[in-house]
Amino acid sequence: MKSSNSTMAFPRRDFLKGGGALVIGFSLGAVTPASRAFAQAPALPDPKLVDSWIAIHRDNTATAFFGKVELGQGSTTALLQIVAEELDVELSQLSAAQVDTKHSPNQGATVSSSSVERAGPQVRAAAAEARQELLRRAAQKLGTPVESLTVMQGIVHSKEGSVSYGELLGDQPFNVNFTGTAPQKPASKYRLIGSRVPRVDISAKVAGTYDYMQHATLPGMLHGRVVRPRGQGAYGAGAEVLGLDETSMKHIPDARIVRKGDFIGVVAPRQWDAVRAAEALKVTWRTPTTLSGDAALHEKMRSSKTTDSVIVEEGDVGKALSQSAHVVSASYRGPYQAHAPFGPSCALAEAAGDSALVICSTQDVYALRERIASVLGLPETRVRVQYVEGAGCFGHSCYDDAALAAAIMSQLVGKPVRVQFMRWDELGWDNYGPAHLGEIRAAADSEGKLVALEYHGWHHGWMIDETSEQLAVGKPVKEFATGAGSLIVNKVNVGGMYVTPNRRLINHAVSGLEGYLKGANLRSPLDLSYSFASEQTMDGLAYLAELDPVEFRRRNIRDPRWLGVLDAVVEAAKWTPRRAASARGQGAVITGRGVALGTHRVSFGAAVAEIEVNRKTGLIVAKHIYAALDCGLVVNPGAVESQIIGMTTQATSRVLKEEVRFSATNVTSLDWGSYPVLRFAEHPNITPILVQPPNTPSSGAGEEALAAAGAAIANAFFDATGVRLKQYPMTPDRVRAALA
Amino acid sequence: MKINVNNEVREVSASPDTPLLYVLSDELHIKGPRFGCGLAQCGSCSVLLDGEEIRSCITPVSAVTGHSVTTLEGLPAFYAAEKKLPTVPALHPVQQAFIDEQAPQCGYCYNGMVIKAAELLSHTPQPSEAEIRSAMNGHLCRCGTYPRILKAIEGASRAMTGALK
Ligand code: FES
Ligand code: FES
Repeated sequence: MKSSNSTMAFPRRDFLKGGGALVIGFSLGAVTPASRAFAQAPALPDPKLVDSWIAIHRDNTATAFFGKVELGQGSTTALLQIVAEELDVELSQLSAAQVDTKHSPNQGATVSSSSVERAGPQVRAAAAEARQELLRRAAQKLGTPVESLTVMQGIVHSKEGSVSYGELLGDQPFNVNFTGTAPQKPASKYRLIGSRVPRVDISAKVAGTYDYMQHATLPGMLHGRVVRPRGQGAYGAGAEVLGLDETSMKHIPDARIVRKGDFIGVVAPRQWDAVRAAEALKVTWRTPTTLSGDAALHEKMRSSKTTDSVIVEEGDVGKALSQSAHVVSASYRGPYQAHAPFGPSCALAEAAGDSALVICSTQDVYALRERIASVLGLPETRVRVQYVEGAGCFGHSCYDDAALAAAIMSQLVGKPVRVQFMRWDELGWDNYGPAHLGEIRAAADSEGKLVALEYHGWHHGWMIDETSEQLAVGKPVKEFATGAGSLIVNKVNVGGMYVTPNRRLINHAVSGLEGYLKGANLRSPLDLSYSFASEQTMDGLAYLAELDPVEFRRRNIRDPRWLGVLDAVVEAAKWTPRRAASARGQGAVITGRGVALGTHRVSFGAAVAEIEVNRKTGLIVAKHIYAALDCGLVVNPGAVESQIIGMTTQATSRVLKEEVRFSATNVTSLDWGSYPVLRFAEHPNITPILVQPPNTPSSGAGEEALAAAGAAIANAFFDATGVRLKQYPMTPDRVRAALA
Repeated sequence: MKINVNNEVREVSASPDTPLLYVLSDELHIKGPRFGCGLAQCGSCSVLLDGEEIRSCITPVSAVTGHSVTTLEGLPAFYAAEKKLPTVPALHPVQQAFIDEQAPQCGYCYNGMVIKAAELLSHTPQPSEAEIRSAMNGHLCRCGTYPRILKAIEGASRAMTGALK
C-alpha cells in the first residue's frame, strides 16, 4: 500500500481539503516519519469553537469533525445527514474527518447507541451556528439583509446575486464561538433527515476499496502476535510466565521475542513468520484452577458473598404475592457471551523516542490515549490515537488490548508494529458480556392485572483493565463494582414497561475478582438475560390468567409508546389471539409463536417470533421474527432497519447458540467451532418495523430490540411445547432434557 | 515463485508454505481477502481458484502456481470473461445488488459474501432460497446481515438472468 496520502502532515485547516470524497476509512497509506513527528503538543480541540466541528473548503465542500466513530452501524451517515441538513449542503459536499485525538472533539465513547441520540444534537447545533455565521458574511458581501437570503447546495442566494460558502470562508477559520443559540431548522423543513439516503461507506465496502484497520501499514513495520495461554483464566490472575524456551522458535530466524513482564509477543518482518513463531514459542504458564467451570458457574454466583443494593422498592411486594390469584416464580440463567467480532482486533503503533502514534479501532480515542501514555511512560500530549474501522465489535471487545499490545511491542523494538489478534486471542481473551442469574416472582389478579414483581439479579461488573497492560506492568486489576461501568439490574427492562403497584428489584453484585472471567459491555448489556427471565414470567402469568399474551400485556401497559410498538409488531405478524400452548402440534417438528417487549435504556422494542422445534433432535429453528422499534425521530430509516435486522439476528444467535465455555483453568471457546454463532442457513426471515411518534427526539437504535427478540423466541418455545426453558442458549441438549 | 492473480502473473518471494492470504495482503497489497480466523471457518479470506471458492488462509501459496486466482478486485473482469461481455463492468452484478439492498454493516465479511455469491450464481443462475442458504452457509456474518444478503442474491440472480434473456 504505497500512497502519498499523508493527510496527517497537513495543518488542521487543510485537513482533507477538497472534501466531498468518502473520507471515513480513507487510505492511511504510508506516512513518512517526518509527518508523524509532533512539531508541538496537539491541543485538544475546544468544543466551544465552531472551528472544532466544521471546516468549509474553497471548493465549496465541508468537513465535519465528529468524536463518534463508525462501528459499522451507519452512524457516520446519520451524523452527516444532520450536519448537511442544518448547513444546507448536499451530502456529497460533506465528509467526515477520521476520528483522531489530534483534531476530533471529545464526544465521549461510542457506546450505548448514543451517536445520534447524544452527539446528534451537538453537531446539529454546531452546524446551525456555522450556517448563521456564513449567512452573516453573505449578507455583508451581498449588501442585503440576512432575512432575504436562501441557501441551496452551499450557495447563498439573494436578489442581488449569490455567493458560495467556499467563497465566503474557503479554508479560513470561522473564529466564532459555539454558543448553541443559533436558530435551527424546524423538523417540517427537513429534506435529508428521515430519508433513505445510501450510507456513505457501503459502496466502497462492497467494491473492496474500503480501508479497514487491517489494511493499515507504516514503512518498516513488523508483524506482531501476542503469545498468551490459549484462553484466559480467572480475571486478575494474569498469565504468569514460569519459563520461556527461546530455542523453540529458533527455526524461524527472522522472528524475535518481545517481552515486558508477563507480556510476551513475537515480531517478524513477514506475517507468516510471526504467526508461526507465536505458535512455536514454548512458554510455561502458571495455570491456577480458580474458575468454577461453566457448568458450576451459576451455583457459584448464587452462593457467593454479594454486595446487595435495592434498585426499586415500591409498595409491598411480599403482601401482594401472598394474596394474588396467580403467582409465577422461577430462576433463569444466562451465560457469558463473547463479542466475537468477525475480524479479530488489529492495531498498528509506532512508539519511538518521546512520542507515539497508535492506529486502532477503539470506541474511545481519548480514554485509550490516557492508557497508552501511562503504559509507555509518555505525557498524554505526546500520544496520538487514530481510529480506523475494523470489523463490527458490539461493545468492548479486544480492540484496546490489541492497541496496547502494538504500542508496547513497538516501544520494545523501536519500530512500527502491527498486531493482529488471532481468532483464539480474540475469543479467548475477550471482555465477555457477564453471565447472569435472575430469580423472579410475579403475581397477577384474577383480571390479569400485574400486582407484584420481585427480581433478584446476580452478576459481576465490568473490568476494563486491558490484559496487555496488566501483563506488561503488573498493575493490580480492579472491577467497576459501583458507579459508572458497574452493572445493576435494569429497572427499565425488568418490568418497567408495565404498571404495577408493588415492585422490588434487588441487585446482588458478585465480586468479579473471585474466580470469574473478565467482563465488559456487550451490546444491550445483560438485557437479554433480564428479558429472558421477566418476559417469560409475564407470559407465565398470562397463561395462568388464561389470557392471550398480547392481551395480558395490553392490560398492564399505560405508556403509549410501549403500546405503540406492541400494536405495530402484532399487526405486522398478523397475531391471532389465543392462550399460549393451546394449539400444540403432535408431530416431530412442532411450531410456536411468542411475543416480548424489551429495551436497553431508552427507545422501545417489541418482537414476535415464529419458531419450529424438533422434539427428537431438540433443534430450535427461528423461522420469522417481527421486530418493532420506536427510537423517536429516525434520521435514516434504511440504516435503522438494518440495525434492527442485525440485532435480531444476533439475538437469535445469542439465545439459541452462544455460550463461552470454560474449565477450571481457562476458557475453551476459542474458534467458531467451540463458540458457534448463527450461520447463514439458520437465519430467520426478519421484518423490521419502525414506529415514529410525532415530535419525539432521536434515541438509541443500535441495541434496543435485541432483548425483546430473544425473549420472544423463548416464549415461542413455551407456546410450541408447553415447557419453559430456564437457561439459554436454548441448545438441542437443553431442549431434549427439558422435553424428556 | 510465480502466481497468476487477476489475470496477471506476479512474482512472489514468500516461502512455499506461506498461506496465500498473507501473500495477497502483504506482498501484492490486495485488500479483498482478509484475515478472519485463519482456520477455514469463516470465509473472510475467500478467493476463486479457477472459478471455485477456496479459503486462502489455509491454502499454501505453492498450491496455486499453475492455477488462476481471482480476488474481489478481479471479479468484474472474471464476470466479463465468463459472460463474454465486450467491456468490464465496474462491479459484478452481485456487488451492485449488495449496494442496492444496502446490505453491509461493518462490511468486513463482504469479501467472502461477494466471492461466494458470485460462484453460486455462476454455477446456479437461478438458485432457490434453500440453495442460497446452503451455498452461503460457510460464510459467517457477525453483524447479522444475512437477510439482506439473501434478498440481494435473489435480486442479482434476476438481474443477471434477465439481462441474458
Ligand atoms: S480467514 Fe480464512 S476462512 Fe476465516
Ligand atoms: S457486515 Fe459485519 S460481519 Fe458481516
